[in-house]
Amino acid sequence: MESKPPGDDVEKVVTINRDQSASREWTRLLAQFAETRDKAEYVQLFRHFAPKVKGYIVRLGLTDATAEELMQETMLAVWNKAHLYNPSKAAASTWIFTLARNQSIDWMRRQKYPEYELEDWHVGEDEGDAGEQSVLSDRMAGAIKTLPENQAQVIHMSFFEGRSHQEIADRIGIPLGSVKSRLRLAADKLKTIWRAEV
Amino acid sequence: MSIRHHLDEATLLSYAAGSMSQAMALVTACHLVMCSQCRTRAQQSEAIGGALLDSLIPASVNDDALASVLAAIDAQDETVQIRSVKPPSQRPSVKSDVPAPLADYIGESFDDVEWKRIVPGVYYFDLPCQSGGVSRLLRIAPGKAMLPHSHDGNELTLVLRGSFTDEIGRFAAGDIADLDDQIEHQPLVDSAEDCICLVATDAPLKFTTLLGRLVQPMTGF
Repeated sequence: MESKPPGDDVEKVVTINRDQSASREWTRLLAQFAETRDKAEYVQLFRHFAPKVKGYIVRLGLTDATAEELMQETMLAVWNKAHLYNPSKAAASTWIFTLARNQSIDWMRRQKYPEYELEDWHVGEDEGDAGEQSVLSDRMAGAIKTLPENQAQVIHMSFFEGRSHQEIADRIGIPLGSVKSRLRLAADKLKTIWRAEV
Repeated sequence: MSIRHHLDEATLLSYAAGSMSQAMALVTACHLVMCSQCRTRAQQSEAIGGALLDSLIPASVNDDALASVLAAIDAQDETVQIRSVKPPSQRPSVKSDVPAPLADYIGESFDDVEWKRIVPGVYYFDLPCQSGGVSRLLRIAPGKAMLPHSHDGNELTLVLRGSFTDEIGRFAAGDIADLDDQIEHQPLVDSAEDCICLVATDAPLKFTTLLGRLVQPMTGF
């Protein structure tokens, strides 16, 4: 019995494959740019990431003009800090996310967000395989989609609205402890991808 | 350094998301500098942010955005080249027990801190942190106890020197007590030297004794 139009599945598979190789490609390109500092490579990174970075900052609740300014600061930081990028520790999207997060918080608080990697990002302990982080990043994207609604909600409120545990508790009317256990459950589930075979 | 008390998963997530107070983020970053196990977990939490960034619908950027950034790059190029000549690993290694994120606030030595006395043997110094919450260094003499307290929100206590014991267990340098409003505790210093801790809350502490309630307005916690 034919239950789906022919070609439907093929298209889905193609989309998935394209997405998966995409994350790997961007990670490879950023690592390569860190070595070459080639302007053409930087322009490719800019065109891909700048609109996503701006989208993230707008979702934090900042105005379009401020988001534009902070996006440009973030992309400038990509240029200036590329030599600190370590592809065995983070996919390109993860590293650029942390730069955008820090720029936004620094601007909102007029105070530097306390960082743990500082200048030592490159001198690592366990050096993993450079391809690994981008594979994990793709799996993470898939895993986020499978979260139950009430866990996805607290993840989104944390990352996209910048709300503290207490603010989330007040906003959705549940105890602080429940917010924390939902976040724990979500994190445990998402982090199982590191325990799976790569 | 063998660390036995680590960060809660929910705390790591908030740090990665950038959704905790500056005070809490400072204590979290200090523990992460000291604890490779939590550092790996923090990187995994940040990968959640990376995947979410990837999944976002792109916003439209100004037509001249790329040109502006390229112009900014050209304008600064020379100074940046000079700055990046020195490899990052050549940074002077810090011999003190002040973690780097904290050194941004107090410098490299606890001796230079302008400690204020609460009661004999108990000293504090408040760090300037924006965005609510309180961040405080505590220095407590051997055999002395912190005032018993509970809290409305979360509390992070990172041991930087010496050790203390409370209802939960023993905490030595590098250990972090990551507590929420369920807990009432009274840490007692059990090391031979002064115990120095970095404490942050995202809401005021509630002292449970009369002395605590009297001291509270004075200390601001």
